[in-house]
Amino acid sequence: MIKKKASIWKYLLSLIIILIHVIPLYILIGVAFKSKMDTSSRWVLPSYIWSDNFKNALFRGNMLLALKNSTIITSIAVILITLLGAFAAFPLARRATKLDICVRGFIMGVMMVPPLSILVPLYSNMAKMNGLSTYWGIIVILVTFQLPMSIFLFTNFIKSIPLALDEAAAIDGCGPLRTFVHIILPQLKPVIASVVILTGVNCWNDYQFSLYLLQSPKLKTVTLAISSFFSLQSSDINAAGAAALIGIAPIVLLYLFLQKYFIKGMVDSAIK
Amino acid sequence: MKKKHNNNIITLFYVPALVLFLIFVVYPFIEGIRISFTNWNGYSQNYTYVGAKNYLRLFQDKNVRTALINTLIYGIGSTFLQNVIGLLYAVFLDSKFRGRTFVRTIIYLPVMIAPLVMGYIMYFLVQYDSGAINDILAYFGRPPVDWMNSGPRAVIIMTLINSLQFVGISMVIYMAGLQGISRVYYEAASIDGVSRLQAFRNITLPLLTPAITSAVIINLIGGLKLFDIIMALTMGGPGYSSHSLSTLITNQYFRSQNAGYSAAMGVGTFLLIMLISNLAMHYFDKKEVYS
Repeated sequence: MIKKKASIWKYLLSLIIILIHVIPLYILIGVAFKSKMDTSSRWVLPSYIWSDNFKNALFRGNMLLALKNSTIITSIAVILITLLGAFAAFPLARRATKLDICVRGFIMGVMMVPPLSILVPLYSNMAKMNGLSTYWGIIVILVTFQLPMSIFLFTNFIKSIPLALDEAAAIDGCGPLRTFVHIILPQLKPVIASVVILTGVNCWNDYQFSLYLLQSPKLKTVTLAISSFFSLQSSDINAAGAAALIGIAPIVLLYLFLQKYFIKGMVDSAIK
Repeated sequence: MKKKHNNNIITLFYVPALVLFLIFVVYPFIEGIRISFTNWNGYSQNYTYVGAKNYLRLFQDKNVRTALINTLIYGIGSTFLQNVIGLLYAVFLDSKFRGRTFVRTIIYLPVMIAPLVMGYIMYFLVQYDSGAINDILAYFGRPPVDWMNSGPRAVIIMTLINSLQFVGISMVIYMAGLQGISRVYYEAASIDGVSRLQAFRNITLPLLTPAITSAVIINLIGGLKLFDIIMALTMGGPGYSSHSLSTLITNQYFRSQNAGYSAAMGVGTFLLIMLISNLAMHYFDKKEVYS
């Protein structure tokens, strides 16, 4: 009897927590599906589905183009982050020469540099290198600032792979490159999933770099397209809501299907 | 001999990463220090060295002081809220009941949403005309409030938004930490007649120290860097009253064309964040216990 009572409290508490955290999405969905003329409260969901907002967002607001840009930028960046990170982690996990220790400390230091604190020189250097408003410019910056986390995750993971495997490969005449490609790489699947998910979300959601490095309207990413919608919002706030919903949908849907991996990635990156 | 040869080859594996760090972090960092001693406006070819003038100005600038205080509120306030609520959530979800995975899924969901977009969504709630919160006030016959028209109130609201959005991170870190604590300790404690609250204070919290360290550092660094939500909701306004150091840096560079001054602010922000996160790490390092 007591047990039953306790679990009722748990469900009540769960309900309250869920309500609190779901409110923003609930409001957003309401706004995105309502007609411009509908002046009912934000708390009321429409009894109809107004798809014009989505048409406006996709075609007039260029969300379609933005989705394409974000997809290109995020996927190339994530591939580079994963590859460069896995390679860099191999020596750091397998050796401890003086140089390696310095490099490891240096990378930890890079992880802590707040990107906006070097905004002025970063921006002016990019301008000198003709990297403003280019795919490679934004990709290279995203890769640089996400790499430390990737290296960190890979290093921790490779350390847990028995060294005996490397040694056996060496005895069989494998050079370090072949050892890495044939012995280590195939075992990295779980950590690759974590790296791809964590850094992918960060790249997709980036605003601070894209805002300054991508000024051409043709290269607008999802966050930039949404923000230009909201700065013109007086005209059509419902379409802005639709744009926001479109922009977050890919990541949210992925998360709902693969949430176990998303959460595991976060925990791995936080705890040594 | 062969071994040595191999070792040198794998050094090449981290060269690409190091090259990127040198070009896009170290070089700009040094260049930033140089620019901070000039009066460069951000685009002109001509500028002169002005010595420590920019740094002296930092200490006299009222807007910098406001931004500094706001940054500390964003950083420390969010860290406090996220850790307390995150830990409570984790303890709650550590107990077994059907559907707890669903609760975890919902709490962690907003972490996926771009902070900028979260800011815009919250605009629908805090807006003066037809904002969702003012609708509730109207329902109870209260006059509407212009939530973001006062700097200090906007700062508190944005700290809350940031905390609610990212509380899932500390929650999952604490859940992992709680799972790592052996049940044996609690069994021993209950045999000794220790109350649950005492067990929490004397067993759970000390053994959770590594998780607390990670969660605090992650939240602290995230909160001190707060940028997107401010850009979405107030752009630092009204006036300069809700700026963080990050938004003020970009404001000085791109709006006021004070690149030299903005660079000095960047150096200052870097030192501040390094100092605070190192202090926090040092503090927790001493507290760590080994189980």
